[in-house]
Amino acid sequence: MIYYLLMRLLQAGFVLIGITAVCFIVLHLTGDPAALLLPENATEEDYDNIRKTMGFDRPLYIQFFDYMKNAFSMDFGHSFQQNQPAFKIVMERLPATIELAIVAFVIALLIAIPVGMISALRRGSKIDIASTFSALLGQSMPNFWLGLILIFFFSLYLDLFPTSGRISFGMSNEAETKFFMLEGIFTFNFSLFSDAFLHALLPSITVGLYSSAKLTRLVRSSMLEVLSEDYVRTARAKGLSNFTVIGYHAFKNASIPLVTLGGIELGLLLGGTVVTETVFAWPGVGLLTVQALQNDDFPVIQASVFLLAFIFVFVNLAVDILYAFLDPRIRYS
Amino acid sequence: MNTSVNNSLSAKATNLKGQIWTLIESITRYKPAFFGAIILGSLLFIAIFAPLVSPFDPNLQFPTEARVGPFTYLEGSDRFVLLGTDQVGRDQLSRIIYASRVTLLVSFFAVIISCLIGTLVGLLAGYYRGWFDIIAMRWVDISLAFPFELLALSIVAVTGPSLTIVIIILSLRIWVVYARVVRGSTLSIREKDYINGAKAIGAGELRILVRYVLPNVLTPVLVVSTLYIGRMILIESSLSFLGIGVPATTPTWGGILGDGRAYIDTAWWIAFFPGLAIMITVLSVNLLGDWLRDYFDPKIDI
Repeated sequence: MIYYLLMRLLQAGFVLIGITAVCFIVLHLTGDPAALLLPENATEEDYDNIRKTMGFDRPLYIQFFDYMKNAFSMDFGHSFQQNQPAFKIVMERLPATIELAIVAFVIALLIAIPVGMISALRRGSKIDIASTFSALLGQSMPNFWLGLILIFFFSLYLDLFPTSGRISFGMSNEAETKFFMLEGIFTFNFSLFSDAFLHALLPSITVGLYSSAKLTRLVRSSMLEVLSEDYVRTARAKGLSNFTVIGYHAFKNASIPLVTLGGIELGLLLGGTVVTETVFAWPGVGLLTVQALQNDDFPVIQASVFLLAFIFVFVNLAVDILYAFLDPRIRYS
Repeated sequence: MNTSVNNSLSAKATNLKGQIWTLIESITRYKPAFFGAIILGSLLFIAIFAPLVSPFDPNLQFPTEARVGPFTYLEGSDRFVLLGTDQVGRDQLSRIIYASRVTLLVSFFAVIISCLIGTLVGLLAGYYRGWFDIIAMRWVDISLAFPFELLALSIVAVTGPSLTIVIIILSLRIWVVYARVVRGSTLSIREKDYINGAKAIGAGELRILVRYVLPNVLTPVLVVSTLYIGRMILIESSLSFLGIGVPATTPTWGGILGDGRAYIDTAWWIAFFPGLAIMITVLSVNLLGDWLRDYFDPKIDI
């Protein structure tokens, strides 16, 4: 077990170094990184300055080690647009992305687990066919299109939800933190929570439906596999109720692949909400990155790619560790 | 001349003509895949013959007839616009028809490139194993689970958007899938008796790989290609939607949708129809891909 965990930790370290290397290569892709790190109206003097301070005149391998050192101390330079460290700007947007990803993940699970289980239990029935087809449909739909349709129907036509943003104007002054929903719950500030929740619902559905399509298929197939196992038959033979057999014996074992894929999915959600954030003007890291791209604000792009990659590796590591505890048969090979 | 096999109703005919015939016979029996094949066929036809099929010039602007709804006859320019006009009065249907060319072109090239790289890596990793296998598969695991849009964003930030970059980005995303599937098939093929037989009669390694292993991994490659074309169309359109894909001068489904976003409250059709086109296309490919997988090997892990 300890060997397994150590190996996973080591691998996570290697992945991080790999990601840093990719970021470094991207930065040097055009041949002149100074041009990327400077705004358009920079003078020749600025160029000489940044080449010296960043050390672009030194050999590449020394630059790489330097870059890595800076990356791990979260130093990506200053944003051109706002005169602040790029990393700080990204960190300010992180809570929005985390909140969106988590609500979306919960929605995905709330759909995937019951629908997947029912499909597996009533295999070949109309419900099964309908859910398989909806999963296929969900995976074929571009999520920005789904988001726009939701905005059009629920926000503009029915006027039930706000069309964009995280929170109503003025409400944000009330909040102490950037985690509006969590804060609303813990400080019993119901109006804050409901306002944030109403804003988050449509974007979360947009993100969550795609994931739920994937997860439903997984729950269905692993449930089908488990239902034919001996221990399920034994549980039935013991005369346990259907509910106990399915809810406890079968589901507990079927949920092991769900933990792995669910974890990967959560990691993907954290980094993969760029499009949805753009559609709903959700002020998260994704929207920030797209805006930074339009402004050629390269330090911000690097900082957000690195931060999300870091979170992503961390989530995956956590999943691997959890996995080892859930299924003691797992050994590193 | 093995007429008995050819005439028999066995599911797997031995010669190529027979195989193709069984395939066609099987697809007509499975309605969703048949439907997908027909849609894709028509789409291919429309894309190739776009200048003949599209009712108007996709770039001709009529600013006085901007944002006219679907099913309208426009007297000013003597046009019947089936799907309405966009923000500068261009015919939506013609633009969507021309945009299908870009989508198909991008997915076609991305499939070819990623298929070549992925198959090569998969063959070598699966056949020789060793450190190359370990590194390649680790890389595959990472990139399969990495939030890809962000990496694409930072690449485009450096290079600027272009058709070539989109194809490269897509290939970077997809080749690992080929590599994994081909490696898996190669692992089981290299233990087969006919490989040992080939070795025994002194066939060289290159000959074994090309002549005996490669033909046997082509089926999974075909299945992966079909299943992932849909994924590629989705990624391509979201890149164009974000304005970091194919440059805006060329109409793309994602690009038209992105432009139409600003008019969602007054002219919903600008954003709605390109999205519908994407969904129908991807759904058709997915239906076809699912069926191909079930037909050849339901256990294939993709």
